[in-house]
This record gives sequence, C-alpha cells and structure tokens, in this order.
Amino acid sequence: MNAIISISRRSFIIGVASTAGGLSLGFNVPFIKPALAEGSETAPEINAWVVIRPDDTVVIRIARSEMGQGTLTGLAQLVAEELNCDWSKVTTEYPSPAQNLARDRVWGNFSTGGSRGIRESHEYVRIGGAVAREMLIAAAAAEWGVPASECTARMGMVTHAASDRATFYGQLAAAAARMTPPANVTLKDPKDWTIAGKPLPRLDTADKLNGSQVYGTDLKLPNMLNAAIRACPYFGGKVESFDAAAVAGMPGVRTVVQVDETAVAVVADTWWRAKTALDAMPIVWDEGPNRQVTSASIAAMLEEGLAANDAFVGARQGDAGAALSAAGRTVTATYAYPYQNHATMEPMNATALYTPERCEVWVPTQNGEASLAAAAEAAGLPVQQCEVHKIHLGGGFGRRGNFQDYVRQAVSIAKQVPGTPVKLMWSREEDMLHGAYHPTTRCRLTGALDADGNLTALHMRISGQSILAAVRPEGMQNGMDPVVFQGLVLAGTEGTLGYTVDNLLVDHAMRNPPIPPGFWRGVNLNQNALYVECFMDELAHAAGIDPLAFRRKLMAKHPKHLAVLEAVAERIGWDNPPAAGVHRGLAQIMGFGSYVAAAAEVSVTDGQLRIHRIVAATDPGHVVNPAQVERQVEGSFVYGLSACIYGECTVNGGRMEQENFDSYEVLRMAEMPDVETIILPSGGFWGGVGEPTIAVAAPAVLNAIFAATGKRIRTLPLKNHDLA
Amino acid sequence: MARLIINGTPRDIEVDPDTPLLWVIREQIGLTGTKYGCGVAACGACTIHIDGVATRSCVLPVSAVEPDQQITTIEGLSPDSSHPVQQAWLALDVPQCGYCQAGMIMAAAGLLMQNPNPADEDINAEITNICRCGTYNRVRAAIKLAAKAGEATQRG
Repeated sequence: MNAIISISRRSFIIGVASTAGGLSLGFNVPFIKPALAEGSETAPEINAWVVIRPDDTVVIRIARSEMGQGTLTGLAQLVAEELNCDWSKVTTEYPSPAQNLARDRVWGNFSTGGSRGIRESHEYVRIGGAVAREMLIAAAAAEWGVPASECTARMGMVTHAASDRATFYGQLAAAAARMTPPANVTLKDPKDWTIAGKPLPRLDTADKLNGSQVYGTDLKLPNMLNAAIRACPYFGGKVESFDAAAVAGMPGVRTVVQVDETAVAVVADTWWRAKTALDAMPIVWDEGPNRQVTSASIAAMLEEGLAANDAFVGARQGDAGAALSAAGRTVTATYAYPYQNHATMEPMNATALYTPERCEVWVPTQNGEASLAAAAEAAGLPVQQCEVHKIHLGGGFGRRGNFQDYVRQAVSIAKQVPGTPVKLMWSREEDMLHGAYHPTTRCRLTGALDADGNLTALHMRISGQSILAAVRPEGMQNGMDPVVFQGLVLAGTEGTLGYTVDNLLVDHAMRNPPIPPGFWRGVNLNQNALYVECFMDELAHAAGIDPLAFRRKLMAKHPKHLAVLEAVAERIGWDNPPAAGVHRGLAQIMGFGSYVAAAAEVSVTDGQLRIHRIVAATDPGHVVNPAQVERQVEGSFVYGLSACIYGECTVNGGRMEQENFDSYEVLRMAEMPDVETIILPSGGFWGGVGEPTIAVAAPAVLNAIFAATGKRIRTLPLKNHDLA
Repeated sequence: MARLIINGTPRDIEVDPDTPLLWVIREQIGLTGTKYGCGVAACGACTIHIDGVATRSCVLPVSAVEPDQQITTIEGLSPDSSHPVQQAWLALDVPQCGYCQAGMIMAAAGLLMQNPNPADEDINAEITNICRCGTYNRVRAAIKLAAKAGEATQRG
C-alpha cells in the first residue's frame, strides 16, 4: 500500500520510502480542481480511480481505510475486474481527504465503518474501472484508426483482432487520460467475474511479515518530537493543576503542555522519555460531577428503565401488551450487557505538524475526512490549509471513525510547538481509560406461549444508552435512536427481525449514563442478538420444543434468515446427537444488510468451558473475496467470544477500572475454537461482512452452555459466572 | 552507555539503563517492526529473540541484556522474509491488520527453535500473544506448516 504524498512533503517520502517499499506520486496537486489530475513524473491518472504507469503497473485508488478487514484488496478487485487489467500488476494508494475535498469528493465517502466499505461503494468503483477500460480502448482505437467497437480489452492489453494488433495498457495510459470518458458503461454480471468474487490473497501481506509495514506509531519525520498524554480519568473531569517544573529537567523533555481543559502532555525526544516524565509529574484533577457513578449505579438506572412507562417504539405488531395480559403462560427474563473497550492492538495515535499557515496530520483513521475536519477545527485553520495523510490502521473496530479525539489532541500539542512535527501516542492505559465504549444496555423479554408452544406475543424492553444521542444527535429520529433497534425492526434492508410474532413490541427506555459510548464492531446488533436469540432458546425449552423447530415455526416469512440458520444446523449435525459430553446451541440474526447464523459445540467439565467448534453462515448477497469473508467471519468470533467470555469495563468512582490487558482479558489462541464458514450469497443485494457474525457468537455459545449445564447465563461476561 | 548486538550488528547506545529494550529498539535503533501493545508483557506485540529465546521486550530493562547476547528483531529474522515461519505466514496469508504479527511470528519462530514439531497443546501454551482481528487459527496452521517445512529441510 502506498500513500499518495504531495511533492512538498519530500522529507516525509524520504523518511518512509525505505520501509514502505517505494511510494507512488500519482497525484500531486492537491489544492486545485482539475478535471484531470496533473501527471506525476511517471504517469497520468486515467480517472480518479486508476493510474497506469508505463511499466503497466496499475495503481488503484482506495478511498476506504484498510484496518485488517481486507477492504483494500476487495475494492481493488472490483476496479480491476471492470478494468480488465492484469491482477499481478495491481498496486493501491489512498487519495488524501484534502484531495477528495478539492475535487468535489470524487472518491465519495471515506468513512470506513458499519461494514459499509464495499457494499456502499461497489457500484461507483466498478464504474470507475469500466470507464477507465473504455478510455484505454478508445485510445488504442484512435491510434490504430479503427472503431473502438472492434477492440477488446483483456489482461491489461487492448487488442484489435481484425488487424492483429495489440498493445499494453501502459503504452496507452497517457493517450487514454486525454479521452472523453464514456457517458455510460455496462457493469459485468457478477457471474462473469474473474478477479472479483475470487479468493485472492491480500495485497498488503508482504510488508506485514518483516516489520516494514508502517503504522501510525512507527512514523518518522525529520526533527519529530514525541508526546505522551494523560487525560483526566474521571468522566466529565478536567485538569486542575500540574507541576511542569518538576519534570522540566528530566532527560529528553522539551516541554509540558496542557491539552484543552482535560489533558496534559509531555513532549520529549522519545516517547519513552515523554512517558517517563509524564508518570513522574504531579497532576491534580478536578474530578468533575461523576465521582459517585459506579457500575452498580448505572445498573440501577437501567433497571428502572426496564419498567418505565415511557419508551421509544422500534417495532410494533398487533397488541403485545393485551396479548401478554391475556396469555395463559408467559416467560420472562432479563439480560444485561456491559461496557466494553475496542482495545485495538495499536493504541490511538496521530502525528501533527502545525504552522500558522498550515496543519498536516498523519493518522491511522477509519474516516480521513473526519480526521481532516478535526484537524482544521483544532488548528483553527481553514480546511483548505490542512491535510491528512492516512496510514494503515493497527485495528479500528469503530474506535477510529467517528471519534477523532487523538487528532484534536495531537494538533493541540503541535500548535504549542509550531514548525515541529509531534507524534502523539496513547499508552495502553490511556486507551483503556478513554474509550468510546460499547454501550451498556439491558433487556427484559416477556413472551406468551399458547397450549401448543407457539409464541403468540413478545415484548422486548431495552433500557440503556444511546450512541447517537452522545455522538451523532443529527441521526436521532424525534428523540429515538434507531441504532438501538438493530436487527429487531420489521422493515428495511439493514437488519430485520427474522421471526413473525403476531403481537410484538420492541421498545427502548433511553438511559444515558455519563460514560462516552461509541460504535464498537457490531454495535447494538451484538446486544440485540444476545437478547432475542437466548430468549428464543428459553422459550423453546419452556415450550418443550427443539430450539431449531421452535424458531422454524416463526420463520416461514423469513426465508433468508431461515436459510443461514438451517445451513449451520445441517453442518453441525443438529439432527444427530453430538459426541458424548458435547452440547450445541444456535443463533441467527440479520444485520448490516446480511443474514447470519452460528451453531456452537461446547463442553463444560468441572466448570471449565471449552468451545470445540463454531459453524457460521452468512448471506451477504454478493461476495467480492470469499477468502477475506472467511477471515472476517472467523475473526468476528475472536471479537464476539472475547466479549462473551471476558469483555467488561466496570465503572467505579466515575472512571473505568480496567487499564490494560491484564485486567481486560481477551480471547487467546488456546481458547479459539475451530470456525467453519459457510458463505451463501443469494444475490440481489449487497450486505456487509465485517460485523454481523460477531452478534451470533455469544448467543450460540450461551445456548450451548445451557444445553450442557442447565445454567442460563443472562449477564455478560461469562468470567463472572460459575459454570460448575 | 549500553552495548547491544542487534540483528548481528553491535551497537553502542546512550541510554538510561532502566529503559525497556522495546523502546531502545524502536526509538534509538529505529527498528519499528517490533510493536508496543501494552507495556506490561501481556500482549506479546513486542516479542523479540534474545539468544534465540522469544522474549517480551516491553518490560525488559536494557541493562538486563548482556553485551554478548544476540538480539534478533523481526527485521533480522531473515534478510528477505525467507524464514520458514515467514514463508508459512505468506502461504496462508495470515495477517489481517498486521500490528500483532511481528510478535506472533517471533513467538512462533522461538517456539519452533525449542520444539520443531509442536503439538496443539504446545502452541496453546507458548503462543499467548493477543490478536484482536482474529488470526489465531491461521497462526496455528502456519506454525504447523512451518514445522513441516522444517522437517522436510532436516530430512533433505
């Protein structure tokens, strides 16, 4: 992966070129708006998505961020598919956010979250490839004086069979760049794909094997200083005072700066010296208004919401209240889901260079444009005088998209040492204490069963925190947060409930503790799948009906939901007994536009859980790279099972208690089950793959644990429960 | 002043003896393949070899390293990514975000040096590095693939 770097940052190019495997200079006039970019020394762009060099190297521009999810490779496959180029010649680069802005957002949205990277942009990137292909054909046809319709493009070459002529794209690129783009192109039918749809290896693997991949934390700029920061650990608190003089003379320390009202940073020659000085510096916090807030007080707040009269309605069918009142038999259960931290392996970081005229930021970000906006705001400069250089992420999971706190901090620090680049890196402790936490919710479910064990009414009352209310209030709908209802609504393409219940009410009593919430991979789908899928299991057992059969009765009108569920049931061998001591559980949900299901096999011996095997199925409509989909599905169980077994941030005294991986455990190799992935693309829609299967991890395993032990776990994480 | 042999090259470094080896490697030698993940030896992103033994460098003071000990980082594991573990990683396209992978590769290479044919239990016990993206099953498969390649080499 290459970054597109402006010539003015030659020093940066020198700084990283030796380790980044060379840099492309495909686009180097960031602040003008040409119809066609000026050529670099080596090659013009054919259009915004495609640059072809004389040596036939195809540089594909990728607007979305690569954070391990494989979008970089998938998007390149889609462009290359339509371009009909030689895949072995493909390389990629990120256009910068300022370039996007200067060119009327020709690359569209940079935001990389919500499993939207491919499903939201597949069409326009394919069009970009197809348009470039037609321009290459037109250039060859013009050169040869033959009709373009007689020429074909294949494997990076245009051929005119009638006159037995052929030429490589690299020879045509300069002329193609001057051609008028066609007004219309026809995209290939996915069944004809030869590059997209194939399990190609990732484009970004080689540098990750030998230490040469440059992450934000690895960036080196000439004369760069390093900053370590400590923000007030009490939510809502701020800096009262600090004793900079106490550490001013420590080795390597250049300056100590306050960062906004909330944080203090030490700037030093190395990060270790900055951190050492920061640790030694006396800081007094104004602890703010939330010192009395604890996990228990938050739990009480949410419990109250479970019975409150007022709630936002996310789904309603029939009259659940009346039906439940009249029911002969009801089942009730209350579930709870804790706060969690994203815990990306690479801690938050950003590097900023500020002068009174210009601000540049280098940052691993899921949303380069949000980083640019944050940089401009923090710098107090017009956005046209700012630039963001995107760097590969050491994990994102939602932490590095909407939230640009580390960018604002880096710029704030750099502003206090103008002309010198400063790399700000958070310690793991800082990262744990200042998350954008997967919000806590609880859910009380009440279901009515008739004499035949049919579910006749269901009320799901969710109580808890809204992400949108805190971070994106413009997305609220008359005070309601629609994200809270992920996977539980009755209409739409994003995530509908897979069950028909004649009398259904899903509502939300919003209770917002003073803890900053965020989009955490899977978002509210994780909680909601846990609630509805574990409760379906409870209802099935109460009705004395097999959990698959019980669900199936409610799924006649939801064939795609049912198809993935039946696929995992069949693969795990649901109709045959498991091995002695092994027990099974099922779950399904729809989210991020895809239908997903999981079946788990577990054993519990002397209270020790062992997850032997997971079978997961996904129907994302179309598949761009099945190997990467498998990795996302498999990886989603690492994330989802980490949450299920260990994930919990607890609040005490108005701050988080967990500060590092020794108190915030995550899944490791020894506990990782085999994961078999079934990909069932049914076509006709485009769903996401980065997130949805996380949501079925916990309910499938918890339902299997019930089968094994008779214990119904309704409060995560599992580590707090005795399974013996 | 400390004398360290890093990837075969002796280096004299002006450093506070309490500085963890990780930061000497990253900030003073300038080899940034070795990562900071936790600073408390809990995640393994900082794994290097000292005399061939996989070691978490984020809590090891530089003063604890003897001048004649051989320090190997990911950059020195092989000159051209040809180490059997790197080759196995490439064959199975193991990394996702990649941030933990240098540590994973160094831990795996260390394991294979001690135990050329590790069983699943050995891998579970020795490879305790954290990966948040979810590469564990491919890491396991790649270790076995590298072990097989090593066996073939020995037979050959």
